[in-house]
Amino acid sequence: MTAPSTIAADDGSAPVRFDLVAALKDSLKAGAIAFGLSIPILAFKTEQSGGDIFLRPRWGLVAVFVAIIFGVRLLQHAFHATKAYRLATPDAHQATEFVHAEPSAFQKVSRFGIPFFLGIAISFPFLIYLIQGGLDQSRYWVDLGILILTYVMLGWGLNIVVGLAGLLDLGYVAFYAVGAYSYALLSTTFGLSFWVCLPLAGILAAFWGIILGFPVLRLRGDYLAIVTLAFGEIVRLVLINWTDLTNGGAGISSIPRATFFGLPFSSGEDGFAAFFGIEYHGMQRMIFLYYLILALALLTNFVTMRLRKLPVGRAWEALREDEIACRSLGINTTNTKLTAFAIGAMFGGFAGSFFAVRQGFVSPESFNFLESAIILAIVVLGGMGSQIGVAIGAVVLVGGPEILRNLGFLSAVFGESFDPNEYRLLLFGMGMVAMMVWRPRGLISERQPSVFLKESKAISSSHVKEGHG
Amino acid sequence: MEIFVQQLINGLTLGSIYGLIAIGYTMVFGIIGMVNFAHGDVFMLSAFIALIFFLILTTWLGMSSIVLALVIVMVIAMVLTSLWGWAIERVAYRPLRGSFRLAPLISAIGVSIFLSNFVQVAQGARNKPTPPMMRDVIVLFQGESGYNVVLSYKQIVIMATTAVLLAIFWYLVQKTSLGRAQRACEQDRKMAALLGIDVDRTISLTFVIGAALAAVAGTMYLLYYGVVSFNDGFVPGVKAFTAAVLGGIGSLPGAVLGGLIIGLIETFWSAYFSIEYKDVAAFSILAIVLIFMPSGILGRPEVEKV
Repeated sequence: MTAPSTIAADDGSAPVRFDLVAALKDSLKAGAIAFGLSIPILAFKTEQSGGDIFLRPRWGLVAVFVAIIFGVRLLQHAFHATKAYRLATPDAHQATEFVHAEPSAFQKVSRFGIPFFLGIAISFPFLIYLIQGGLDQSRYWVDLGILILTYVMLGWGLNIVVGLAGLLDLGYVAFYAVGAYSYALLSTTFGLSFWVCLPLAGILAAFWGIILGFPVLRLRGDYLAIVTLAFGEIVRLVLINWTDLTNGGAGISSIPRATFFGLPFSSGEDGFAAFFGIEYHGMQRMIFLYYLILALALLTNFVTMRLRKLPVGRAWEALREDEIACRSLGINTTNTKLTAFAIGAMFGGFAGSFFAVRQGFVSPESFNFLESAIILAIVVLGGMGSQIGVAIGAVVLVGGPEILRNLGFLSAVFGESFDPNEYRLLLFGMGMVAMMVWRPRGLISERQPSVFLKESKAISSSHVKEGHG
Repeated sequence: MEIFVQQLINGLTLGSIYGLIAIGYTMVFGIIGMVNFAHGDVFMLSAFIALIFFLILTTWLGMSSIVLALVIVMVIAMVLTSLWGWAIERVAYRPLRGSFRLAPLISAIGVSIFLSNFVQVAQGARNKPTPPMMRDVIVLFQGESGYNVVLSYKQIVIMATTAVLLAIFWYLVQKTSLGRAQRACEQDRKMAALLGIDVDRTISLTFVIGAALAAVAGTMYLLYYGVVSFNDGFVPGVKAFTAAVLGGIGSLPGAVLGGLIIGLIETFWSAYFSIEYKDVAAFSILAIVLIFMPSGILGRPEVEKV
């Protein structure tokens, strides 16, 4: 809606604290617009029974929607007016000269936070075991942990492309698909084991990254995004339609499970449990998968952090800030972009083959544009370029809806059939817009400079401007 | 030969719809240089608005004349979709002027995800059919093997509406002060502002016009296919964007030309090659055009400014 009017007067007179009438008027206007927007999409629901289609009015919902918009708008006005008032009336104690900046809250947190989060991640299965009081009861949570970590890894992989090199890749899921199908096909056709396929899947995905990247990397930012989107869709459509190879939309099932370096997780003689002389339990495989994806994700993070310190990593970040300056400094922009593309794709491929081994089943529908958009949302909401931000983004975006689903009071408020997962994408979409409007650098916008003199110091996002190149 | 003529007719109809959507892309790109990724979903939304008002008019108010109902529905859909277009620009794009370059595109992707999910939540995930309308056809000529080349009333309506609206909007952009302001903003926004043009208003109006044309396309789409679902915005949106790029982004006649070409390629591809790969063909054209001829057929080559 319209930008809230800051009410501080220009002519030097005392600023008005809060002009209620003007705020109400504007909020009413916003409410009226919301009413217009909700006709007829919210006001009438199309219902089908048999071949017939008819409408069911629901004006109550419209009233709620309009009231929410009105309320939000009014609060926004109040908030901005208070802020403007505070800024316009200097505090007597307010310092007028520069103050030496204390380390920000984030810097303090990150010192202990990262080992803390890492500790949680490593001990997660044990913690869940202790909390839930049994292996069978903890199955759901370990499964959720695996899912979240898969997205953390994908987010970190995409972060190399989007966050570090500043190339908006809307077809990242294609490399995820290449990885998944590589493992699925190599293992079901040639009987190769997971440990052979994992590096192969990564290499193949990186190879595809180079093939797809080579022609498109000359393009400017938004064209590049659209072409990667097109490639992502082409890969998915080919997977659906090339039935001889991929079994089409039905997908590939009964993909061999992962083994513990050759020891299968089975109750038999040569199984994992028998070899170590412990009792067999189905959860052993799950916990193994959990640590596998944790290790893969940490590998992604480790490689990214190391690459940032190499010349190529610095070139990526320079490229993100200003492409023309890079070119004039003699950086080969195409090769630099290509490495970012290929390395990002490689991690996507690893994650894909992990996905295939976890599910035991792959189908093209797992690799649609929405999946790309979710990974992008994780990277964007976490703050492009920030590793810990992406991890938090993945936990919130993937874990959040699952946790919401288990909260009983929500279904008590919204009715029995309420499923937060339905509204997940709605919130993702709004979140992406809100992030771009308010915090374009992400929730965790501090980042460590990769080059510094003697002393490392986190710098605020306001000092690191995104280039226009 | 009969198949060829039939596909030509079908392709031109489809192409008109793509052309109408493509104008929205091309105008927005011309004026603020962003790919309005959410435009396809605005189109989908307009088809839903049209569907609901069509049902209100025919089943509740008992309107018997389909043509009159369609005209009213189209006007209402244009108004309400314009409101959406305006609101989206206001909330999601205007605050981002001067932000980093990818910000508007990411925001637009957010809007796109929001819109399709919003419609899914509000209207349900199933395909929504319309009651059958305008099923009469004109048999143009009969082939020897009994294959009739037909031109349906729907197709006539779609092509005629497109042509008329294009003429109106062409006049608007070329001859009125709004169009002049628009072209001025396209060339140099800062200079236009200095010369007293309300840039924000002009950009808003561009979005409104784009959304109104998308609403026409949405109504025509509904009329042509008789069914709409919440994820119908994505693929037509990408194809229309392809059309805009192919015709030369920023050029109005280019968008229509591109739309017709894409429509023809799609129908001929389905008829002569394989229907499964028709979307692959469209996406491939998008990639090829963007890589090898980014300025399109009628567009001006882009100069990179430092």
